[in-house]
Amino acid sequence: MLLRELSEASGVSGHEDAVRQLILDAIKDLVDEHRVDTLGNLIALKKGTGQARRKASSSRRKVMLAAHMDEIGLMIVHLEKEGSLRFRPVGGIDPRVLLAKKVLIGDDSVPGVIGVKPIHLLEPKAREQVIPVNEMSIDIGTSSKEEAERLVRLGDYAVFDATFGELGGELRTVKGKAFDDRAGCAVLIELLRDTYAFDLYAVFTVQEEVGLRGARVAAHAIAPDVAFVLEGTVCDDIPKKRDISPTTTLGGGPAITLMDRSVIADRRLVEILVNTAEKNDIPYQFKQPGLGGTDAGAIHLSREGVPSAVVSVPSRNIHSPACVLSLNDLENTVHLMHKTLARIHEVDLNW
Amino acid sequence: MKEIIKELTEAFGASGSEHGVRERIRQRMAGRADEIRVDPLGNLIAFKKRKPKKGVQARRIMLAAHMDEIGVMISHVDEKGFLRFTRIGGVRPLSLLGSRVVFADGTIGIIGREKPEKRDEFPSLDKMFIDVGAVDKEHLTRKVGDVAVFMRPFSDLGQRLTAKAFDDRIGCAILVQTAEELETTPHDVYFVFTVQEEVGLRGALTSAFGVEPEVAIAVDVTTTGDTPEAHPMAVSLGAGPAIKVKDGGMLAHPGVKSWMADTAERLGLPHQFEVLEGGTTDAMAIQTSRAGIAAGVISIPCRYVHTPSEMVDYDDVQNAVKLLVGLLSGPADI
Amino acid sequence: MQLKEFLKHLSEAKGVSGYEVNVREVVRDEFAKYADDIRVDTMGNLIALKRGEAAPDSPGRSIMLAGHMDEIGLVVTKLEKGFLRFSTVGGFDLRVLPGQEVTVHGQQDLPGIIGMRPPHVLTQEERKKVVPLDHLFIDVGMSEEEVAKLVRVGDVISLQRTFTELANGLVAGKAFDDRAAVACIAGCLQHLSTMRHSWDVHAVATVQEEVGLKGALTSAFGIAPDIGIAIDVGHGNMMGVSEVDTVSVGGGPAIGFGPNIHPRIYSRLIETAKSYEISHQTDPIPGRSGTDAWAIQVTREGIPTGLISIPLRYMHTTVETLSLKDLERIGRLLALFIAGLDEAFAQELGLGDAQA
Repeated sequence: MLLRELSEASGVSGHEDAVRQLILDAIKDLVDEHRVDTLGNLIALKKGTGQARRKASSSRRKVMLAAHMDEIGLMIVHLEKEGSLRFRPVGGIDPRVLLAKKVLIGDDSVPGVIGVKPIHLLEPKAREQVIPVNEMSIDIGTSSKEEAERLVRLGDYAVFDATFGELGGELRTVKGKAFDDRAGCAVLIELLRDTYAFDLYAVFTVQEEVGLRGARVAAHAIAPDVAFVLEGTVCDDIPKKRDISPTTTLGGGPAITLMDRSVIADRRLVEILVNTAEKNDIPYQFKQPGLGGTDAGAIHLSREGVPSAVVSVPSRNIHSPACVLSLNDLENTVHLMHKTLARIHEVDLNW
Repeated sequence: MKEIIKELTEAFGASGSEHGVRERIRQRMAGRADEIRVDPLGNLIAFKKRKPKKGVQARRIMLAAHMDEIGVMISHVDEKGFLRFTRIGGVRPLSLLGSRVVFADGTIGIIGREKPEKRDEFPSLDKMFIDVGAVDKEHLTRKVGDVAVFMRPFSDLGQRLTAKAFDDRIGCAILVQTAEELETTPHDVYFVFTVQEEVGLRGALTSAFGVEPEVAIAVDVTTTGDTPEAHPMAVSLGAGPAIKVKDGGMLAHPGVKSWMADTAERLGLPHQFEVLEGGTTDAMAIQTSRAGIAAGVISIPCRYVHTPSEMVDYDDVQNAVKLLVGLLSGPADI
Repeated sequence: MQLKEFLKHLSEAKGVSGYEVNVREVVRDEFAKYADDIRVDTMGNLIALKRGEAAPDSPGRSIMLAGHMDEIGLVVTKLEKGFLRFSTVGGFDLRVLPGQEVTVHGQQDLPGIIGMRPPHVLTQEERKKVVPLDHLFIDVGMSEEEVAKLVRVGDVISLQRTFTELANGLVAGKAFDDRAAVACIAGCLQHLSTMRHSWDVHAVATVQEEVGLKGALTSAFGIAPDIGIAIDVGHGNMMGVSEVDTVSVGGGPAIGFGPNIHPRIYSRLIETAKSYEISHQTDPIPGRSGTDAWAIQVTREGIPTGLISIPLRYMHTTVETLSLKDLERIGRLLALFIAGLDEAFAQELGLGDAQA
């Protein structure tokens, strides 16, 4: 399964090379042109067929689909005299998820563990306290700085060492790291198997997790008329005492964004997504408004503005080594996007 | 002009849902501009072409006022039909408690709160909800994504006016009135009514890229220091439009600042200088568009900003129009 | 001019963000010695162009060097009984303000003092707290009437501090962040005047970095260089701060690495430093660098960007401290890096064919 390879590949923001190569191999025969820009975005063009039944004006539209290749991770910032490694997070990591995890460091995937002082040695009060990242270190087994330097360089990136696996069940759940946003990458690759009337720019972006940096320059270069961002998004559907939003629900279908901290989704695009889902009996849900941000935040503000929407695959335990998603949701996301893109010419982009 | 102010402040237009405001402005600007268009994000751009004037170098000047207002969006409908919500822009719990909100279709909602753990504890937004009076979930017509704004009519207090959304419909009204009073101008003037200011100056960013002005003036509200025990600030209601020096997001171009101050003095218009410690305006986004734009702000002093009852002084508003007409009639050599 | 002399001039010049007129002239005088063309853009950035000698068949390439010349400062918010209330321009540490000498840039420049209530009249509780901004005021020693004539709301205020030499080639003063970088760029231009280079060099003293990287954003858009290098300051080793979070003062240029930096620019800088035996250090930056490099990298369709930091102690105070030796090394490293730029390197960066 491509999702397995995508999930297990290392691609922390700023060093997405391995993921990019994997995707390039998967799409190069499906697109007409591709290039890698100077930040590292993979930009592929699938030219429109512009069949006669489509209106000429709308077939000339440029549609940008974006999914980010990068994942959150760690950067080695200091080698201690005793041979352990000090690190800082790249992107938003909850420090509580880091303790006692395995990591892989650098291009040679040097294994290490994030150690933790045993509970036996802690004062009762300390057991309840969150350990900040700057008090943690990675143990790679070396006992001096010189020894560590032979395996690791300052600035090396590290990722969670996590294997992809199938959990099964009706929802066909799978677990692994970096579903944010390798799930979106998988959807986008799948969409490239079909042909479209318009020019489709598939962009696998870099550096989303450190500030939507890749999407910003890619959108400027492409100057699209419409954009869709494909994401893996927060799912908080575990049981709770309060009757509050689960953000998204696993198995509830593709999650459509109305508003998050980075964008207010274009209502016309939301409408056609909803309408297409209902017409084709594809389950869908709205993501809880007001949370998170995606590449759409950068894309919709590019140049004179780009009408943009976000469609996501719900994923539990996002930004952890063990995300969980439903393959049904992933397939329904492909299905919904596919059906929507087939009638995107129906959207009137004049206000 | 009060009629325009009443119409615009009472219109519904939270960030991202500016349609109603845009259509009212579009009607009022018709005939006052040579060309009107709406850009991909929804900004209304009305262009008034220059009439060359001897000795005056023509400039491309962008005026910006934002159409959107702060509001709330439904984020969850619970089993009993109560609505949880998130904010659109800088809505504060303090201003919501006890007030009413109204949805685009006129549905009225009451803001309720969970029982506080301590008696005088002030609730955060996630402890509040909207009650639209539905007897049960089956009879509820609201859904996740629906948007509401403060419900409050415009009131004319004589010298002072009060309404919701003076931020920044008063700026919109000033631009419309300026277009009315400005018969000719030696400059190419773009009256830009922007969207989504309250969620991050988004419309200004894209419209400035499209318009590519040399000089830009945002017209927006600023807070004042003239109420009991207010934060120390020199701006007060009735002392004239405020010429911005600095706010939380930008430093006004010193040349634009002097151009405004000199013009106000030449015309004998009252004015004041403004240093605002928090908050910013569309000018921040416009200033750094492309290779940089000389940007400044004319601020309308406004009390109780981001509450359902904002207050401005009518003379300040009219003097802002006069100042803008003066600025656009003469040279703009920054 | 000697590096030390130039740094002293820069440091003592006035130039609060948005009001860089005075320091810009100091920079202009120095850059003009080496530049083919100098201009000031709408925002106030000073842009000096030193042309390269491109081979006839190669596309014209250019590099932008950015160091910001603005400094943090204060601004008058209100006049009260002859005293001035003020707010900050840029990120000030309120703790360093009491007792500082300032210059108020009113109708004329006025010397002033940042005053506070004497400890004798305060309660024990009050003395333990940092003096909040609204309890501080500036005293220009004049009557209410005189002040009203000379000072207006919105007038900017700069801090006053003379340049000081410490032992071991260290110097202390204000606004080394980031005028020391401007001195490094001048050093680079001086070196280049005796070297051959094929790429055009845009030496930019940027404005308004301290209020949001604004000068870099707009100047990079206007210049549209093929690559950009920002020179800024980084926290140097000092008492009470972990060495995990600092670089070594006197340890040479701190060469940035991370998402904000093109990996090939990083490695080329390291290779250059190694081959010319210039002491240097790696500065891993896991995300937002908070420097002009952050703005330059995402300009237009993206610009391969590098970052060199000057190790500096006590950032954003009036006693910023650094090693002159580090500045000399950075100027030399930049010049050698630029002299080595060729079309093969451009292709390695993924630049494709140059724009016309």
